[in-house]
Amino acid sequence: MADLRDLYQEIILEHSKQPRNYRALPAANHKAEGYNPLCGDHFTVYLNLEGDTIRDVSFEGSGCAISKASASMMTQALKGKSRAEAEKLFEKFHRLVTGHAEANGTEALGKLAAFSGVSEFPVRVKCATLAWHTLQAALKDQQEPVSTE
Amino acid sequence: MTTAANVVTGGFPPVTGRRSTFDVERVRRDFVILHQKVNGKPLVYLDNAATSQKPESVLRTIDKYYREYNSNIHRGVHYLSERATQAYEQARQAAQRFIGAGDPSEMVFVRGTTEAINLVAQTYGRRHVGAGDEIIISAMEHHSNIVPWQMLCEEKGARLRVIPVNDQGELLLEEYEKLLGPRTKFVAVAHVSNVLGTINPVRQIIELAHRRGVPVLLDGAQAAPHVKVDVRALDCDFYAFSSHKLYGPTGVGVLYGKSKLLEAMPPYQGGGDMISSVTFEKTIYNKLPHKFEAGTPNIAGAIGLGSAIQYLNQFDWEQVEAHERDVLAYATERVLSVPGVRLIGTAREKTAVLSFVIEGIHPHDVGTILDQEGIAIRTGHHCAQPLMERFGIPATARASFGLYNTRADVDALVAGLHKVLEVFQ
Repeated sequence: MADLRDLYQEIILEHSKQPRNYRALPAANHKAEGYNPLCGDHFTVYLNLEGDTIRDVSFEGSGCAISKASASMMTQALKGKSRAEAEKLFEKFHRLVTGHAEANGTEALGKLAAFSGVSEFPVRVKCATLAWHTLQAALKDQQEPVSTE
Repeated sequence: MTTAANVVTGGFPPVTGRRSTFDVERVRRDFVILHQKVNGKPLVYLDNAATSQKPESVLRTIDKYYREYNSNIHRGVHYLSERATQAYEQARQAAQRFIGAGDPSEMVFVRGTTEAINLVAQTYGRRHVGAGDEIIISAMEHHSNIVPWQMLCEEKGARLRVIPVNDQGELLLEEYEKLLGPRTKFVAVAHVSNVLGTINPVRQIIELAHRRGVPVLLDGAQAAPHVKVDVRALDCDFYAFSSHKLYGPTGVGVLYGKSKLLEAMPPYQGGGDMISSVTFEKTIYNKLPHKFEAGTPNIAGAIGLGSAIQYLNQFDWEQVEAHERDVLAYATERVLSVPGVRLIGTAREKTAVLSFVIEGIHPHDVGTILDQEGIAIRTGHHCAQPLMERFGIPATARASFGLYNTRADVDALVAGLHKVLEVFQ
């Protein structure tokens, strides 16, 4: 049986209550909207890319504790990263929340490893990855809102 | 039910007779699925507005159909086909009596409420609604009673008008009266709201529309399992409901229509069974209701629905309603005692549906934590996004009760909600 505390870890609850980088970014040169029709989660991710580097990243919107904490911790993890590093981090994060993390794969994830419990709750994978999918859309300057369905 | 139990032979199991008192513990024994553990806890099933569980007699009826007389209907001259046809048509009669329709030919078997509404929009609607005309729905409709009309409006250049709701989740009848006008060609409203549980004043809605000669469709998906429906007393022109919310199988439902309206409507789909003769020059359509039942229908499903109705017929409907009212009153009081809870939908007249939000905690998180306690509720927008917008919320948590739910289920729900608060404190 999955344990609720694995899912709702302290750091996740804390970020969901006080999300970091929770604001619009006036200097954003990329942004995208993400939507999870299942639960009505809706986020906008703002990016300020300088060349290949993410100078600043923020988000706004509403969602469940998992999606909000994931968005908050994503913004913290991405600052200063290159596009390729961001993509790679999402790959690792995705493997983590879907239960396919490699034995030593969580090290590079840092605090994001707190989301490992999501893999025990398959219906919540979409919540954990919504902000990341939105980030990808922002990097591609996708106009259509991204949907998890 | 207040009418005598239907004596249906054919494929149905023998009539069990009427139960003089409503004994919920005995009812629970009829639903084997309820007696299992989920995540190590006894299952508490509170998602009945999404779909209900099926009693053993329905499961046996469907099993028996496939094992003993599975066959195609209406055309066969052999024994199995006759038996299947008889059971299928008996199910139609059971449904007819269940909602008080005058004649079985007014009962069209469809896939469910959604298909019933689409059928009316695409046949009656396309014939009678034109550019500049108006269709009235309400702010509390399920998407299935919004989108078919929107599609029709788009095609015809017609306009959708919406009856607003107050903060309790009740329709504003005086606003409805103002919307009714010379351009109104159709009214389609929910009998009972799937999110709020509100029982709408459909008799008045129909009467006001009829004064202007406007026909009314009632979406009865949420009403049929919980309130006594009498389509002739209501005088509605169309009534749609689904089997699977009525303790029957999925994939089948009924569209009731007044015969003079159904007669005048073009067919919905073409194919076998809906014709009386076909040449390459001309096809003559079959009589009602077969004109609207093209192709081999969901025979097992229809027979299963008949069996579900027969199951319900053994109860005194007033006792079922009284039981559900008691559970609702208890649940309302107990859930409101949980700190931070706000109910969405507090109409005076409502069925046993409890939509709520908890301050600072997203419904989806509530749903996950309750699931860990073995409690099944629904979270989300419940296919009623415009209504969520009306109440300024993205989603709700919804506990919806059926005839087998008890005060003990409510206690489990409330204990679960305290667990939610504990996780999020």
